[in-house]
Amino acid sequence: MNLLWLFLGSIFVHNILLARFLGCCPFLGVSTKSETAKGMGVAVIFVTVMAALMTWLVYYLVLVPLRIEYLYTLSFILVIASLVQFVELVLKKINPALYKSLGIFLPLITTNCAVLGVAVINMNEKYTLVESLVNAFGSSAGFLLAIALMAGIRERIEETETIPKCLRGLPLALVTAGLMSIAFMGFSGMIK
Amino acid sequence: MNLFKIIKNGILDENPTLVQCIGLCPTLAVSTSAMNGIGMGIAATAVLFGSNVAIAAIRKFIPDEIRIPIFIVVIAGFVTIIQLLIAGFAPALDKALGIFIPLIVVNCIILARAEAYAFKNGVVASAFDAVGMGLGFTVALTALGAVRELLGNGSVFDVVVTPAGFQPALLVILAPGGFIALGIFMAIFRLYQSWAAARQGKPAPEAAAGCSSCAMGAACGGCGFGESAPDGKNGKEAGDRS
Repeated sequence: MNLLWLFLGSIFVHNILLARFLGCCPFLGVSTKSETAKGMGVAVIFVTVMAALMTWLVYYLVLVPLRIEYLYTLSFILVIASLVQFVELVLKKINPALYKSLGIFLPLITTNCAVLGVAVINMNEKYTLVESLVNAFGSSAGFLLAIALMAGIRERIEETETIPKCLRGLPLALVTAGLMSIAFMGFSGMIK
Repeated sequence: MNLFKIIKNGILDENPTLVQCIGLCPTLAVSTSAMNGIGMGIAATAVLFGSNVAIAAIRKFIPDEIRIPIFIVVIAGFVTIIQLLIAGFAPALDKALGIFIPLIVVNCIILARAEAYAFKNGVVASAFDAVGMGLGFTVALTALGAVRELLGNGSVFDVVVTPAGFQPALLVILAPGGFIALGIFMAIFRLYQSWAAARQGKPAPEAAAGCSSCAMGAACGGCGFGESAPDGKNGKEAGDRS
């Protein structure tokens, strides 16, 4: 039951984009088309869950026994970067079709702070392995939800001709994100 | 090479936050007060300075194919140093910035400057570039933080400045306020840019959008997200200008 609350909380209450501000760059950069936004979201789910697993193992099996926890930033980013590279190679070999649709997103995800952010949150909250994976899946599912919604809204906005020039593109996207964030604030308090 | 111009370039013409639109996550998250903005700005500037100088110094020995992992390791090393220093000497700031200190590692500004500038230029120029970009980031963060603190808390730098009857709008320092305030800031900055360009009789600068403004263009292998953007010249320019 606790895991379910953790899962729902990480999607809605602590939405990684709209409440925690992690992963804003792809959120604003890749949300101009629905198709690409969904592809990006799925790729982020995949990498975040894998990264949560790997960083949990590295932290509790390598860093803690050696008492070098302060090196977590360095080791986490290395693990994530090599994981992304590895996934890219494997995907290219075994499933070229999937690679074609997800592959282009993978290099960008290395520098997506959502992935590292979830790993660091898992560590700070001292989640167990299962809780870490659930949190990672929920958070990245929240990312997919937010970016898909945003892309849908932005596709409509693009069709509007009367937007003042200085508001076109990012500024209006940011204001839209702010309004979405207000809507998501409605979930706060539902789950502690 | 005019070193002063490099700094001005970072603060105004190529302001990382308002013009290049990179490094937005920490901008949105920590700009709840002017003090946090300055703290984050200085921390990121210190990391940027260290990584730019180090990468410029060893750029001749870095093989092209594995430059990104090397950049990341150098940056992560400096972030760890700064993280320990902040935790040791400014525990309050450490608490306020929280998770966003380790996340400086993935701040696109730092990796983008390593890729676009430090890898191609000398140590001194890279150092000045770091100072300029860092200042641009700090100024944007502090200004945003000051406005949000003023509207959301009625104070600037923790000093109450509003009259007693002022009812602060809490929303501004919560998450939605960050998005909306940054959007309005960006719009005002663009208005200023097109006004300045019109005064000099130049055409208004093309609004940057998506990947076209992303200086990571080269690093992520031309990710192709910018299809809907006007063209990819902005990111390329940032890299070629030396």
